[in-house]
Amino acid sequence: MIDLLGYGFMQRALIAALVTGLAAPVVGVYLVQRRLALMGDGLGHVAVTGVAVGLLTGTSPTWTAVGVAVLGAVLIEVIRERGHTSGDVALALLFYGGIAGGVLLVGLGDQSAARLNQFLFGALTSLGPDDVLAATLLAAVVVVLGIGLAPQLFAVAHDAEFARVNGLSVRGYNLLVAVLAAVTVTVAMRTVGLLLVSALMVVPVATAQQLTRTFRGTLLAAVALGAGASVGGLLLAAWVGLRFDADVATGPTIVLLSLAGFVLTWPIGILVRHRQRVRRPFEDEVPDEHLVADHDHAHGPDCGHVAVPHGDHVDYVHDGHRHAPHGRHYDEH
Amino acid sequence: MLSTRTSPPTTPHPVVAVHDGGVVLGGRPVLRGIDLEVRAGEFVALLGANGSGKSTLVRAVTGLLPLARGEVRLFGEPQDSLRDRHRVGYVPQRATAASGVPASVSEVVAAGRLGHRRLLRPLRPVDRRAIADALDVVGLADQARDSVSSLSGGQQQRVLIARALAGQPELLILDEPTAGVDLPHQQALADALGTLKERGVTVLLVAHELGPLAPLVDRVVVVRHGRLAYDGPALAEAGSGSGHAPYLSLVDGHHHAHDHDHPGTGRAHRHDHAPHVAGPLDGSHEGGGRG
Repeated sequence: MIDLLGYGFMQRALIAALVTGLAAPVVGVYLVQRRLALMGDGLGHVAVTGVAVGLLTGTSPTWTAVGVAVLGAVLIEVIRERGHTSGDVALALLFYGGIAGGVLLVGLGDQSAARLNQFLFGALTSLGPDDVLAATLLAAVVVVLGIGLAPQLFAVAHDAEFARVNGLSVRGYNLLVAVLAAVTVTVAMRTVGLLLVSALMVVPVATAQQLTRTFRGTLLAAVALGAGASVGGLLLAAWVGLRFDADVATGPTIVLLSLAGFVLTWPIGILVRHRQRVRRPFEDEVPDEHLVADHDHAHGPDCGHVAVPHGDHVDYVHDGHRHAPHGRHYDEH
Repeated sequence: MLSTRTSPPTTPHPVVAVHDGGVVLGGRPVLRGIDLEVRAGEFVALLGANGSGKSTLVRAVTGLLPLARGEVRLFGEPQDSLRDRHRVGYVPQRATAASGVPASVSEVVAAGRLGHRRLLRPLRPVDRRAIADALDVVGLADQARDSVSSLSGGQQQRVLIARALAGQPELLILDEPTAGVDLPHQQALADALGTLKERGVTVLLVAHELGPLAPLVDRVVVVRHGRLAYDGPALAEAGSGSGHAPYLSLVDGHHHAHDHDHPGTGRAHRHDHAPHVAGPLDGSHEGGGRG
C-alpha cells in the first residue's frame, strides 16, 4: 500500500481527489441553501456534450467541458429567472439534450464507450500532469471566490429580495454561483465522474448540517467531509483493489463513503432536532387562574423532567402535563 | 450628476416621495394615481385589505417592482439612482428567517451590514457593534449564536428586523411584520419599533391590523383597490389603546364583504365598499387623500 503511494499516477490521483473534495462542497452549500441541489447533476449532464465536443475535435475535453457547462449554467440561470413555474421542465429539457448530444457526438467521432466512461464515472488513476494542474487551478478559483464572497453569496441565497434592496446585484451573484458550479462539475468529472458529481457537492453539505447550527460551521464541516471522503474513498478503493485483487472503481467508492457519513450522522441530527423542539420555550400566555397540580415530588434541575422556559419562569414537562412552580405547589400550565 | 438635478440641499427632502405612481403586474394595473410623501421621523402605517395593493406599494418604493408611470424618490434622489442603499432598511414579508442551510441569528443579521462592507473583507469592529446593537433592540441578544430555525415565528420575524437595523438605516420599510405573530411577540416588536422611533428613524409599515403597534403610528394611509383611500392622522385614542381605529374596521369589513355576502348587484356591491365610518373618511373617498 505504501509502495503504491510512491507511484506518480497515485500521487496525481491524490491531489486531484483532494482539490475536488475541497471545492465541490463550497459551491454545493450555496446550491443547497437555494434549494437547487440537483443543479450540479444537471450541469453534469450538459458537460457530457462538452466532453464529446472535445473528443470529436481533438482538443482537451476539460476545457471544452468547462465552456459548455458554463454556457449551460448561464442558460439555466436565465431560464430560472424568466420562467417561474415551468423552470424545472425547461431545465430537464436542457439536461437530456446535454447527455443525448454528448453520446451522439462521441459515436460520430468513433470514440469507444470506454473513453466516455472515464468522464461519466471518473478515472482518477489515469490523470496526466496537465489534468492535475488544470483541476488544481480551477478548484482554487472556486474555493477563493466561494469563501471570499461568502457574505454576499450567503445574503443573496438566503433572501434575494433583501439583498436587492441592499444594493447587491442578485443576478450577478446567482450567475457567479452557476458558473462556479459549472467549473466544479468539470473539476470533479475526472474524480467521481459527471453522473456522480452532484453527490460530492450535496452529500457533504447534507451531512454537515445534521450537526451544525451556523452557516460558517456547515461550510467548513462540509469542506472537511468532502475532502475526507474523496481522499479516503480513493485510498479505500486502492487498498481493497490490492488486497482482494479486484477492480474497484474510485468514483463510486468516494460517493458511497460520503453517503455512509450521512447515514451515520442522520440519526444524531434527528436526535438533536428533537431535543431542540422539546426544549423550545412555550409561547402561550401564562394563565390567570391557578390550576393546582396534585403532585408530590420537587421539580428541579436534576429531577429528570424536561425544563422549558415559559415567560418569566420554567415549566416542567411531566407526563404530558406542564408544571409551573408556584409557592409550595405546582400550577398546571 | 445627481446633485445638479435635485433641488438645493438646504430644503429637507421628504424621505419617501411617490408622485403619480402606477404599477402594472402582468398587464393588470395594480396601483394607480399614488401620491405619497413620508417626512423624516414620521411613523406611517399603510393599511388595506388583502390584495388592496399595499405590499405592492412598498415593493415599488424599495425598487423591487418597477413603476409603470410616475416616480419614486428616496431622500430626494430618484429611487433607482440612490447610491447609499444602506440608508434604506427593508423587512420583507417572510414566514421564516431560515433557508436550506443552517445559519445562526448573528449570521443572518450580519447580512444587513453588506451595504457598509467592502468586498473580500472580514467584519470590522464597527460592524460587530452594529450587529450587537440591532440584536439588542429587538431583544434577541441572548440568542445570537442560536440557529434561526430553532426560534419561534415571532422571534424569526424580529431577526429579520434586526437584519435591517444592522445597516443603521434612516428609513425602515416593513412588509406585514405582524402577520402570523402572536400577541406577546407583537408587543416585543412594538417595543423594538418604539426604540427606533425615539432614535429618529423614519418608519413605513404595511399591516393588516396594527394591534400593539397602534400607539406608535403618527399617520395612517389606507390603500383600497390600488388607490389611496385615506391619508391622515392615526386615531388610536378612539379605540382606547386597543388599536381599533375606525378605518381598521373599514379595512376588515371590506375584506369580509368579499369573502362572504356578495350579492352580485352593482348597488349592493358598491354599498359594501363605501366607508362605514364618518369623520376622517368624509371627503377623502376617491382622491381626497391625495397630496
